[in-house]
Amino acid sequence: MNERRMKRISSVTAGVVLMAILSVGLSSSRSEGKPPADTVIARRTGGGIGRILSGDQVDSILRGAKAVQKTWENLTPEQEYYIGRAVAAQVFQMYRPLDRPAANAYLNLLGQSLAVFSGRPETFGGYHFLLLDSDEINAFAAPGGLILVTRGMVRCCENEDELAAVVAHEICHVEKKHGLKAIKQGRLTEAFTIIAAESTAQAGNKELAALTREFEGSVGDVVKTLTTSGYSRDQEREADAAAVQLLRRAGYPDHAMIAMLQRMDKRLADARGLGFAKTHPSARSRADALRKMIKDPESTPDPDRQQRFSAALQPILAGK
Amino acid sequence: MKIKVFAVLLAVCAGVALAGPMSVQVRNGKVRATPSQLGAVVASVDYGAKVEAGTPEMGWYPVTTADGKTGWLHESALSKKPIAMRSGTTDAATGASSDEVALAGKGFNEQVEAKLRSEGKLDYTWVDRMSAFKVDANEISRFLKEGHLPGGDQ
Repeated sequence: MNERRMKRISSVTAGVVLMAILSVGLSSSRSEGKPPADTVIARRTGGGIGRILSGDQVDSILRGAKAVQKTWENLTPEQEYYIGRAVAAQVFQMYRPLDRPAANAYLNLLGQSLAVFSGRPETFGGYHFLLLDSDEINAFAAPGGLILVTRGMVRCCENEDELAAVVAHEICHVEKKHGLKAIKQGRLTEAFTIIAAESTAQAGNKELAALTREFEGSVGDVVKTLTTSGYSRDQEREADAAAVQLLRRAGYPDHAMIAMLQRMDKRLADARGLGFAKTHPSARSRADALRKMIKDPESTPDPDRQQRFSAALQPILAGK
Repeated sequence: MKIKVFAVLLAVCAGVALAGPMSVQVRNGKVRATPSQLGAVVASVDYGAKVEAGTPEMGWYPVTTADGKTGWLHESALSKKPIAMRSGTTDAATGASSDEVALAGKGFNEQVEAKLRSEGKLDYTWVDRMSAFKVDANEISRFLKEGHLPGGDQ
């Protein structure tokens, strides 16, 4: 179902809900006879709907109706940042971080150099990268720019250009906000209703508990997509295509994307149903879809890039 | 030469004509001397700060900060919505509705994270550690140059 249709349905739903609540409000006022002191005129037509809901009730209904129309697109970069932090924290419950300062420093240098050339170089908290201590061939992009790459994925890459292709793909998931799109609409509607009702930046205990519940649910939706169900085939292909452009803008040969996918296809042949293979379309089909976009021919890796790649990642590449 | 100067003036005037207020939507916005992430930083602007923006070029807005400094900010760092740091601030007072204003600090925020931390549901130690990895524009320029990556020449 496309987004326009979704929004239309949301609007219609909001209208129906609003009318239903108005009707309930009307009948209850009538049965009580006298309206309360703070009653306002909500709507007046010919001889039908008249006065009738308190100002607070009208405000509440309007807030609710507006919240129904809000989607992941209405999340601010700051809210995305806090979701991304919690997503990363939850991934760390499943995958142990790899505490290797030199390797992590190199990964951040590579990743942040690439991010400069992305369509979204600025996020609320910036892009940051970390290695995970896992043999699984996998990488995760938490909303807002926290990107995690497993040791197994690094070992799958034979040179900096191929690792750059992996990192570029993850940066493009952040750029396209694919993680936020995984959050169920119902949770966002709830959260936006609570946010709209808050009168100050600090939520009261009840609101905070409700917001935290929706927040945890939203984080859970994103983590489930990253680790279990995977993004849609279209989202993966969108990230692949954007990554090719990103590599090219930075100056890496775009063929690195194909080389990386081919190598991954070989390695994953032994690991079907695990990690990346579980959450991504087949590497071969992704490479085939990209071939027409690729301009650079296959080439030998630049010796200086190869040297720094090997130096920074040597223990990992050696399987230590 | 004169033609070039005239063209620049014309472009500046056109930019000013279409200029409008925008808000910084990242924590630490860097106003750069040139429209490039590798450009020298001429000013820093905090989340929610207002800047006067001109006509964008290739994703970059020419901006003037509240204290009069000029430079460039990438569109991903800017929002057309005013950002009210909390309710009851100037934006609310000027009549902008909550739909037109992104309310910073509300909703999924530090308060929610603090609650999750206090309940022991999530450990943010490594999130904080990885967020501390900083790479500045000089390091990126050097990395690109040493790796013979022409993107750094832009």
